[in-house]
Amino acid sequence: MSFTRRFMLRATGAAIGGALALASTGAAFAQGAGPIKVGILHSLSGTMAISETTLKDVMLMLIEEQNKKGGLLGRKLEPVVVDPASNWPLFAEKARELIAKDKVAATFGCWTSVSRKSVLPVFEELNSILFYPVQYEGEESSRNIFYTGAAPNQQAIPAVDYLMENEKVQRWVLAGTDYVYPRTTNRILEAYLKSKGVKQEDIMINYTPFGHSDWQTIVANIKKFGSAGKKTAVVSTINGDANVPFYKELGNAGIKATDIPVVAFSVGEEELAGIDTKPLVGHLAAWNYFQSVDNPINKEFIAKWRAFTKNAKRVTNDPMEAHVIGFNMWVKAVEKAGTIDSDAVIDAMIGVSVPNLTGGYSTMMPNHHITKPVLIGEVQADGQFNTVWQTSGLVVGDEWSDYLEGSKDLIADWRKPLSCGNFNVATGKCGGAAK
Amino acid sequence: MTRYAQGRAPARVQAISLQSQARNRFIETFSLLLAAAFVLMAALLIAPKARAQSPTDVLTYLTTDRFPDTERALNEIGTSGLATAPQIVEALAANRLLFDAAARKLYFADESGALFDAATGAPAAGISPDDLKRVRLNNAVRRSLNAARGALTLMSPDPARRRAAAEAVFKSRDASALPLVESALEKESTPAIRKKLEEARAAIIAADASAPEARRLESLETLKERGDQDALGTLATIAAASEGRVKTSAEAGVAAIQSRLAMWRNVQNVWYGLSLGSVLLLAAIGLAITFGVMGVINMAHGEMVMLGAYTTFVVQEWARTNHPELMNYSLFIAIPLAFLVTGAVGIFIERVVIRFLYGRPLETLLATFGISLILQQAVRTIFGANNREVSAPAFMSGSFDFGALSIGYGRMWIIVFAMAVFAALLFVLRATSFGLRMRAVTQNRRMASSMGIDTNRIDALAFGLGSGIAGMAGVALSQIDNVSPNLGQSYIIDSFMVVVFGGVGNLWGTLLGALTLGVANKFLEPVAGAVLGKILLLVFIILFIQKRPRGLFALKGRAVEA
Repeated sequence: MSFTRRFMLRATGAAIGGALALASTGAAFAQGAGPIKVGILHSLSGTMAISETTLKDVMLMLIEEQNKKGGLLGRKLEPVVVDPASNWPLFAEKARELIAKDKVAATFGCWTSVSRKSVLPVFEELNSILFYPVQYEGEESSRNIFYTGAAPNQQAIPAVDYLMENEKVQRWVLAGTDYVYPRTTNRILEAYLKSKGVKQEDIMINYTPFGHSDWQTIVANIKKFGSAGKKTAVVSTINGDANVPFYKELGNAGIKATDIPVVAFSVGEEELAGIDTKPLVGHLAAWNYFQSVDNPINKEFIAKWRAFTKNAKRVTNDPMEAHVIGFNMWVKAVEKAGTIDSDAVIDAMIGVSVPNLTGGYSTMMPNHHITKPVLIGEVQADGQFNTVWQTSGLVVGDEWSDYLEGSKDLIADWRKPLSCGNFNVATGKCGGAAK
Repeated sequence: MTRYAQGRAPARVQAISLQSQARNRFIETFSLLLAAAFVLMAALLIAPKARAQSPTDVLTYLTTDRFPDTERALNEIGTSGLATAPQIVEALAANRLLFDAAARKLYFADESGALFDAATGAPAAGISPDDLKRVRLNNAVRRSLNAARGALTLMSPDPARRRAAAEAVFKSRDASALPLVESALEKESTPAIRKKLEEARAAIIAADASAPEARRLESLETLKERGDQDALGTLATIAAASEGRVKTSAEAGVAAIQSRLAMWRNVQNVWYGLSLGSVLLLAAIGLAITFGVMGVINMAHGEMVMLGAYTTFVVQEWARTNHPELMNYSLFIAIPLAFLVTGAVGIFIERVVIRFLYGRPLETLLATFGISLILQQAVRTIFGANNREVSAPAFMSGSFDFGALSIGYGRMWIIVFAMAVFAALLFVLRATSFGLRMRAVTQNRRMASSMGIDTNRIDALAFGLGSGIAGMAGVALSQIDNVSPNLGQSYIIDSFMVVVFGGVGNLWGTLLGALTLGVANKFLEPVAGAVLGKILLLVFIILFIQKRPRGLFALKGRAVEA
């Protein structure tokens, strides 16, 4: 056994020292030079730890599983976990450290758009790969980033369509936390609603600071706005932490989902785990995955996740699924390319198709976004969602919204020879909107 | 069917056209045939409805797992004459209605999980709930469900349920419930519920375009008298859907209610402001001791609040598993416990770190900031980064109406609690020997020491007192905010703001500062929005501090210089 291994190593031209080192570690991976490193760039402390710690754990589980299957290209995978501590400039620093010092083959990370924007130049400069797993506002496509979360057309617009068709909503409250994701999403939604004939006076837009905790006035305003005799709904892009007091106040004010439904884009199973959901039954969320999706592949994933975290009540959520899809796509692309070289893997990624957890397949498109089903779920008393509607097929992520002036002529296509993230179909040039 | 009728007609045409009076005959026959076809089609269309009248077919609609069918079943179940209708509706509301998709059979489970056949109400033997699927709900179904429940429980012996039923009918305005409301009105003796029933009847009649105009106008008056948001919504809908005198009357009603609500909005702003102010007061009052009286810039103050909230969580978890009967009183156990826990942590911090840093504000600031990060990460490691659920006891849930104002019990008790804590603290400082010594130490440390006061001990106890009060605030804040490791961070800036604005070293200043900032914030928010409102308030405080550097209530004399 030991003899064969040495023989093979000599055959591949590796140094004797390396062979001894490998033999002494007793690793079963004979080829190549040590393990493939995978970067995990999620905040483990600070404000965002609440959401991002889970994603780090999912990545560790996926890597452990892949290693049990024999690793990748015959090499073991090794996770490199860093903590950017919810500090946006630190994200860029830690990204540089991962790529330049640890020489990771790919990085899985970021949650907020501002953290993604802060690491984007680093990944482009050092030509490495980032998988970004969270729903976001769109209006971006980088050669080095793969967006496995939802673009606005994979979450916000179908949710509004659902409310219009099934709940006959005519009046809209767009409530969000004051930062880039809600502002851009609401701009897109406002333009979309107007294109559907909704009048300005039937749209109320409201922004609140991060971590807003006193919702009495806003909830009273929503109640007032909703008593104009037209069916009203709230579209919420309120960020994680502020949601608990918001929903508590809705419950206190006696606003039921049957009167004024709230559809949220940032509230998943994890967020609901901290609230008593009985007064919230019927409020909605739009995602591409719910823990309650009933199929064998999801059941298996939940069982594995609970075994890995040793917690029989641990919930799963949408960004976790995005990491599962992203990781499996990366594994497939590396196998296809036969190397971990960034350029080869980036080219190999496009067109890769892997099973998602809702029972279908997700495919990486040339704009570095993926295809997903859109699900609308209603909150249940047990803190889970019940899927009440879903798109009949998969929706392709649209990075440049068709409803915004500056971006409707833009497309992204990273296939050669176009290879452009903001190609203007009106001017025929790469480089954004004509100004 | 249509194809059959059309197919036959041309065949007849050929036969008839051979005869002499072809034309007339043809038209006659053709129209007859058409009429027959029409009747047949109409019969087919009506058929499902006719069949649905027989009770068991309402039940099959519930076994298709389609929301529109469920809704339809609910709309018809009230008039189906089905004996088990109330049980079915209740089971659906409680998520206990199950069906067998293959056999098209419906079952309901009682609270213990025993299964009954929904058609007969007899116990269903030999059927396992695992083979059945739940009848699912969405918002549209839930609305029909509420209407059906309302209609079915109007005669319930329980007054609370009758009241809820009347409200449900008011919201649904379902014309088919009118006879039920009328008969309920005849039997109802409680005046408050009678009023609700009359309002429900008024809503139905006012919205019913086929009702006589005089009665509709009369009903509109009843709605106008009710005068709340729900009545406003109902009137606005009616105004949009009707014409003539009804429309003008409804519009007048809308205008009247709106002006009444506009007046109440100011009262509401004051109330919300007091509520926000009491939260600020709770968060700041501990800091008024550690920073205000002792002069320690305590950046870890927010984390004491957070520890108090986590103490509540631990107490509730303990009660949930060991003494479920104590759940409703868990907060009363948590309040003294949180005081002791955070007080002890505070004394520990004072003894280990802060006492070496008195008189060095910058170092204190950095050291306590470090402590706050350590505490946050420690809690994150022990309890996890996720929010923890702290449930509200029964006496803090729900709300009551005061005029056009809906007052939540939770908010109200928090105001009461904040005032009680303030009064208790004032008592300790003014009327106990510990308070006297504490004031002596902060006013003139050396003289107090010469008088035989152990200043080290007083420092530690005072810091413990401030921290303990922060912990008690945490118990209250766990009711309205996230219980997460970041809880404290969101309150630390506000707390400093309140103490500085109110005047360092003065408890009354803290009280007045907190309430002023709360009320000002709530009057600014509807006008300027939450983000701009907060900015304006900060600008105001900066300007105010420029003018009066010592805050609202400045301490006078030599004590200030120390």
